Amino acid sequence: MRQITVLSGKGGTGKTTITASFAVLAKRAVVADCDVDAPDLHMLLHPEIIETQEFKSSKLAVIDEARCIKCGLCREKCKFNAITEKFTIDSFSCEGCGVCTIVCPTNAITLTKRVSGHAYISKTKYGFMSHAMLSPSEANSGKLVTLVRQNAKILSERGDCNFIIIDGPPGIGCPVIASVTGVDAGLVVTEPTVSGIHDLKRALQLLKYFNVRSFVCINTYDINKDNTEKIESFCKENDIDVIGKVPFNPVVTEAMVNGKTIIEYSPRSDVAKEIEGMWKKLSALILEGSSSCLPKKT
Amino acid sequence: MIVSVASGKGGTGKTSVAVNLAVSIDNVQLVDCDVEEPNAHLLLHSKISHNEPVYTLIPNLNEELCDHCGKCANFCQYNAIFVSSEKVLIFPELCHGCGGCILICPKKAITEGKHRIGALKRGYAGNLELIYGELEVGEPMAVPLIREVKKCIDISRNVILDSPPGTSCSLIETVRGSDFCILVTEPTPFGLHDLKITVQVLEEMAIPLGVVVNRAGIGDKKVYEYCKAKNIPILLEIPYQRRIAELYSEGVPFSLEMPEWKEKFQILFAEVRRCINK
Repeated sequence: MRQITVLSGKGGTGKTTITASFAVLAKRAVVADCDVDAPDLHMLLHPEIIETQEFKSSKLAVIDEARCIKCGLCREKCKFNAITEKFTIDSFSCEGCGVCTIVCPTNAITLTKRVSGHAYISKTKYGFMSHAMLSPSEANSGKLVTLVRQNAKILSERGDCNFIIIDGPPGIGCPVIASVTGVDAGLVVTEPTVSGIHDLKRALQLLKYFNVRSFVCINTYDINKDNTEKIESFCKENDIDVIGKVPFNPVVTEAMVNGKTIIEYSPRSDVAKEIEGMWKKLSALILEGSSSCLPKKT
Repeated sequence: MIVSVASGKGGTGKTSVAVNLAVSIDNVQLVDCDVEEPNAHLLLHSKISHNEPVYTLIPNLNEELCDHCGKCANFCQYNAIFVSSEKVLIFPELCHGCGGCILICPKKAITEGKHRIGALKRGYAGNLELIYGELEVGEPMAVPLIREVKKCIDISRNVILDSPPGTSCSLIETVRGSDFCILVTEPTPFGLHDLKITVQVLEEMAIPLGVVVNRAGIGDKKVYEYCKAKNIPILLEIPYQRRIAELYSEGVPFSLEMPEWKEKFQILFAEVRRCINK
């Protein structure tokens, strides 16, 4: 079984459009949506939920008013300014570290577990899907990503799948790191804009840092051909495969509005053909390269 | 006055709106809080005059004093310390810097150490002050850096905060304390879905908000129907125009090249002011 993460650094470059298409094209794959705080993949793949799991990872301090003597020690020691002047907990700021519980002289503060999201195991027309929804404004998205990936792994064994295709979140922080560690390949989807190039470089650095084999896809490559050339020469210098160049086509948005992947909505479009070619190349390259042959991180 | 620009979904045009607004009004401090992928500086070509490392607090162990009792590892909610009978391992990337291990160690073997997570940069493009953070690649935690970046805010000025995408901790840290939040969306199912989640977060935080529809004309009308039903003002529509997309791809704020937009952003800002004072 091989794992591929589609990531981008910059948001809105087309990760989900490409992941959903791969999910349709792959014959035996589990698809995992690791963008847990703004997941969109379900709007194209329409999963039917088989199982829901509560995600309880973060904790929250709770002050027992009756025991609190308002001495202020907790406020003084809290590094997150989570204790208000009225000695209540600001749940947006509290990181559940527990420092207040050990400094409180009257034991008025305890840590409680909070449900900070849900993980789902689902079925789509094309196979199993693992996804989740972090409750709005919650933290710990990295841990929820890890849960989504664990579920995907179990599903891939159950369904005898040869691929797990992961839709990653934007950025390069904790949920992205949790989405790329230990995968066989990272496909960075970029666009030929100044910001797209800047963020591509940081995403590639991240993959290198975690020793993940990198591939690049230039989406809407024809909106600025000079910048596309810059990306291609950068990738060439760094020995990174540009595996696909997807043209701009309004049909992509049309497909999205109709809740379909581009492969289903317009299979003969230039976009669908390019993505199909990309999947063929990418899946073959990943299957032939044994993950154990990759250089180990030093 | 602090106005943040956020979105939920990535790539809807937050930075574009924040920068175009910033270059259209006076006395601005633009604070790019997307420390994972800061982009505002790419559009502003500002001269960076100030570049300082940012550290977080991590435990610093004095092994001679440590008796491997394991209380610190037991206390740490983030599994950032591992203690066995032979050794102690500290994982700086997992540490939130709460200082609990220092307080709980009976042998006083732990003191405050520091760990570099990124850099804080400041500079000017004309009269416009730009401040941004740049997270070190491989560092997972953006929030402490956002906190440092926000310490530079001067509320006597027109402060514009460019938020990271998403709806979790980084967004919260950015928008907290804002007088108003401009949500940039695109009129597509993805745009609407993520807009709804972000509105829910901002309502919980009691931050007034308005919407800018970017790439107006693509997709469908559902964003407009949603805003109408929720009584959310649509502050501006930016049509999907080749010229605007081209200027963005080259790294040029379009209101500098298309002066009619400068006025539209000034009107947008006046409307934001009016909403705040209401």
